[in-house]
Amino acid sequence: MTLFLDLNHSVGDFNLALKFQVPNGVSALFGRSGAGKTTLVNAVAGLITPQKGRIEIAGRAVFDAGRGLNIPPHQRGIGYVFQDPRLFPHMSVQRNLNYGRRPARSFEIDANLIVDILGLEKLLDRRPDTLSGGEKQRVAIARALLSNPDLLLLDEPLAALDRARKLEILSYLERLRDELRLPMLYVSHSVPELARLATDIVVMDAGKLVACGPASDLLSDPSLVPQLGLAAAGASVLARLTAQSEDGLSTLNTSAGQLFLPRIEAPLGSRVRVRILAQDVMISVQKPEQISALNILPCHIISLRPGDGPGMIVELNSGNDRLLARITARSAKRLCLQPDLACYAIVKTLSIRPAEVAI
Amino acid sequence: MPLFGLAPTEWQAVQLSLLVAFWASLLSLPLAVLVAYALARWQFWGRQLLNICVHLPLILPPVVTGYVLLLVFGQTAPVGRFLNDTFGIVLAFRWTGAVLAAAVMAFPLMVRAIRLAIEAVDPKLEQAATTLGAGPIRVFLTITVPMMAPGLVAGVVLAFAKAMGEFGATITFVANIPGQTQTLPSAIYAFLQVPGGDASAVRLLVLSVFISVLALALSEWMARRVVHGTGQ
Repeated sequence: MTLFLDLNHSVGDFNLALKFQVPNGVSALFGRSGAGKTTLVNAVAGLITPQKGRIEIAGRAVFDAGRGLNIPPHQRGIGYVFQDPRLFPHMSVQRNLNYGRRPARSFEIDANLIVDILGLEKLLDRRPDTLSGGEKQRVAIARALLSNPDLLLLDEPLAALDRARKLEILSYLERLRDELRLPMLYVSHSVPELARLATDIVVMDAGKLVACGPASDLLSDPSLVPQLGLAAAGASVLARLTAQSEDGLSTLNTSAGQLFLPRIEAPLGSRVRVRILAQDVMISVQKPEQISALNILPCHIISLRPGDGPGMIVELNSGNDRLLARITARSAKRLCLQPDLACYAIVKTLSIRPAEVAI
Repeated sequence: MPLFGLAPTEWQAVQLSLLVAFWASLLSLPLAVLVAYALARWQFWGRQLLNICVHLPLILPPVVTGYVLLLVFGQTAPVGRFLNDTFGIVLAFRWTGAVLAAAVMAFPLMVRAIRLAIEAVDPKLEQAATTLGAGPIRVFLTITVPMMAPGLVAGVVLAFAKAMGEFGATITFVANIPGQTQTLPSAIYAFLQVPGGDASAVRLLVLSVFISVLALALSEWMARRVVHGTGQ
């Protein structure tokens, strides 16, 4: 299934005008606040009616201004997790969960499994006003899932959660993506979240499309660094878990060589996506021998992109993967870095945090 | 024993008032909900005009309202004659007319209470319900109505109390015929006009205080139940 969108909608001075298509999977909608992300999601849900355009969900047109077609929200087969939980205050958690249950369209979602994974079994008889913010949002996610949507819309659903809960729900959303192939449109401005979850990314700014494509390409595209933010710039490396050591480290094989990371709880042989932030990568033109960093990957320089400040982004080719390194322009000049130069990327093991490892 | 020593005419007046108030609040409820919903949620041409029309009985002297009813629904008036010829319904100088007069007079109070309640319902919750597959009717019945229930109860009780006490429009439209159109207030008024009627008037006075207190207590109890039921 794909989501196709061709919209033109104005509210006051703000104009949302963009056209894109994303394939099956988790599509992340990324942009600064005010970029029009929520407006776009509301248009997909049918909560607002765009002035012009066409929207297709799973090959079915749900909105077409030209033909006067506008399918109401309750017939669009979507689930929507809003920024705020929006639980019904006059119903128990159980009744909230049951409210949207409908016959499966494409696959049956196991209610017990969802209640179990989201940790809701003890909350079922409670009233929403007695729940904490995190508990409310978990109920809201479960409620949307239980309506068996063709497409799940999530508008920054983890914003109100603490870090531990965020990681837990993220891994659950990954399971939904991998095991149930539940298509999602996921709004976020957290790059680590996107790096774990997204298969495709739509970057927008001020109501316009900036880029749209597979997550692995866009997230390591140095030209998107201004949108993604310098601190979040980085690249994803595909790796396979090959060994667990007693000193708390895991060994992974990448196309460029071995990678040592803090212990990853996964079976040997698992395929893992590791996001390495540009600011955690150092460059050396000679192979460093006496150095504490464990990960030293041979690379070629693809390009050098100066930024506004003293820093620059160096795009590197490491085996089949791409890496980004953020270094000072002074260092680049001192080392005479230039495209095609062979060098080494150095990554400290402990600088890679669990959130940046997707399993 | 003033309460249970009622003369037949006094007892008839009490019964008639309860009957009129019951039907007046019950029959106007659906229309009041519709008008309140329209005023609270919909943007349409003539919205302000509708608002003024709804409030007219509250601002006009009740006698004027009663006279207007007589001009429209009287036996020789166009609408009155049409209702009589087509459905055999006669309103003027009948207890049914008292229901109409009470309903018209209580309508603005009911609409105001319900409108406030609807405006307090968060449309975001209704949006959430639609994304969960609920159509407009299901959203209204399962989300909007339960959440505005306290206001609904308040509106009905207010309308009932107003209908019980309605005097000016009622006496103008349906007169003051003992046993037929003589409601509790009209009866008190009538007893005060005749020598020696004081005792009857006082008995009815005590009874109307009793009914009012009972209605208030009942509404408080219902509102508490509703509020508890909605978890607010």
